[in-house]
Amino acid sequence: MSEQQIPSQLAEIRDDFLGFELRDRLQLLLEFANELPELPARYADHPDLFERVEECQSPVFIFIEVENDIVHMFATAPAEAPTTRGFASILVQGLSGLSSAEVLELSDDFPQTLGLSQAVSPLRLRGMTGMLARAKRQIRLKTAA
Amino acid sequence: MTIERDPAPQFAEFSHPERLVSAQWVEEHLGDPGLVVVESDEDVLLYETGHIPGAVKIDWHTDLNDPVTRDYVDGEGFAKLMSRSGIARDSTVVIYGDKTNWWAAYALWVFTLFGHEDVRLMDGGRAKWEADGREYTLEVPSPAPTEYPIVERSDSVIRAFRDDVLAHLGNPLVDVRSPEEYSGARTTVPGYPEEGALRAGHIPSAQSVPWSKAVAEDGTFRPLDELNAIYREGAGLKDGDDIVAYCRIGERSSHTWFVLNYLMGFPNVRNYDGSWTEWGSLVRVPIALGTEPGDVPSR
Repeated sequence: MSEQQIPSQLAEIRDDFLGFELRDRLQLLLEFANELPELPARYADHPDLFERVEECQSPVFIFIEVENDIVHMFATAPAEAPTTRGFASILVQGLSGLSSAEVLELSDDFPQTLGLSQAVSPLRLRGMTGMLARAKRQIRLKTAA
Repeated sequence: MTIERDPAPQFAEFSHPERLVSAQWVEEHLGDPGLVVVESDEDVLLYETGHIPGAVKIDWHTDLNDPVTRDYVDGEGFAKLMSRSGIARDSTVVIYGDKTNWWAAYALWVFTLFGHEDVRLMDGGRAKWEADGREYTLEVPSPAPTEYPIVERSDSVIRAFRDDVLAHLGNPLVDVRSPEEYSGARTTVPGYPEEGALRAGHIPSAQSVPWSKAVAEDGTFRPLDELNAIYREGAGLKDGDDIVAYCRIGERSSHTWFVLNYLMGFPNVRNYDGSWTEWGSLVRVPIALGTEPGDVPSR
C-alpha cells in the first residue's frame, strides 16, 4: 500500500492513532464517538434511506450522499455502543469531502492500519471494515451512470 | 473478608442466592472494604462513557484472553490483572455489564476457573442500573495494587474441551445460540458475521435453548418456576444430569452455565468454550441440521 494514495485527512487520522500508546488510542476512539454528528434535519426523519451495517454488533446505519462527485457520509449508532460510534465517526470525518474516486481507491484494509486491533480486538474492528465496504458500494451505486 | 449476601427475597429460591446481588444492594455497599465492583462489557469503550462509581473495568478480550493462543490468561496473568484491579484473593467481586450480563457472566466463569471464591453477578447488569435511574461516574479509580497469589487455572470442572464433548455425547447438551444458528440456516449470530465456522448446524442431540430465555424483559433473571419450565420441562434436564452448554465462543453459554449451576443447582455443568467456532470447523465430527436435536451418533 503506497502512502501517497491515502488522502491527507485519512492519513492524519491514522497518524493521530499511531502516535499514541494503546490506552490513549482508545481514548481517541472515544473522542471520535462523542463527535459523531447528529443527522441533518433532512435525513433525521428518513430512516428508510439508511442501510444497516450487518457486520456491526450494534445497530449502526449509514447513508452516503454524492453531490458533484463529493462524498458525504452520515451515520447513526446508539450511545451504548461507543466503539461502533467511534468507527462510524472516523469514517464520517475521514471520507466526507473526498471525491468518489478517492474513496473507492482507498484500501479496504484502512481500518486495520489504525493500530487498534490490539486495543479493541480484531473481531470488533471488522465492523468498521463492513462499514467501509458498504459505503463504497453505495458510492458505486450512486455514481453508476 | 466476605461481605454479607444480598437478602433480597427474589434470590432466596435459587440454589446459590449468594451469587446474585441487586442493583440496590450494590448502591448500598459501594465503598465497603473488601468489595470490588467490576464492569465487563462487550463494547470495549462503554465503561469509559460512564460506570458505577468505584467500579474497575475488565475486558473479556484484552484482559481475560491470552493475546496469542486461543485460551484464557494463565495464573500469572490473572494474578497481575487482579493486582492492578485492586482485587485480593478474599475480595468480594461483583460483576455487571452490558447485554444483560452476557459478558459479565463470561468474566465470572473465568474468575471461577481460577477458583476465586466470592464472585457474584449484579442482576440485570447495566440496563437495570440505568432503568433504576442510578448514578454513573466518569471517574476511573486507581486501586492500590494487591498481592494476589498465582493460582493455577483449573480447566477440568467447569470447562469442556472438544474431546470431552465427544466423550460426553449421549448426555445432555444445551445449545444456547439463536434458532437460525442451531438449525444451520447460518453459521454466525445475527450481527456477528465474522465469528463463523466452516459448517453450520448443531452438535447432534443438543437441545436448543437460546441463552436470553433465562432473562425477563428488564434484564433480570427469571424466577425459578419459569426457569424450570424452560430447562427442565422444555429441554428435559433432570437432577443428576451431567450437562455441557455451548454457543459460538463460549460467552453466551457462560450465562447459561451460571443459570444452570447457581440458580437451578445442577452441580455438573461445563461450558464448552471452543463452541461452534471450533466444532463447526473440525474435521469429521458429527453435525445435525434442522430444528430437531437429532440422534446421538454411534461411536
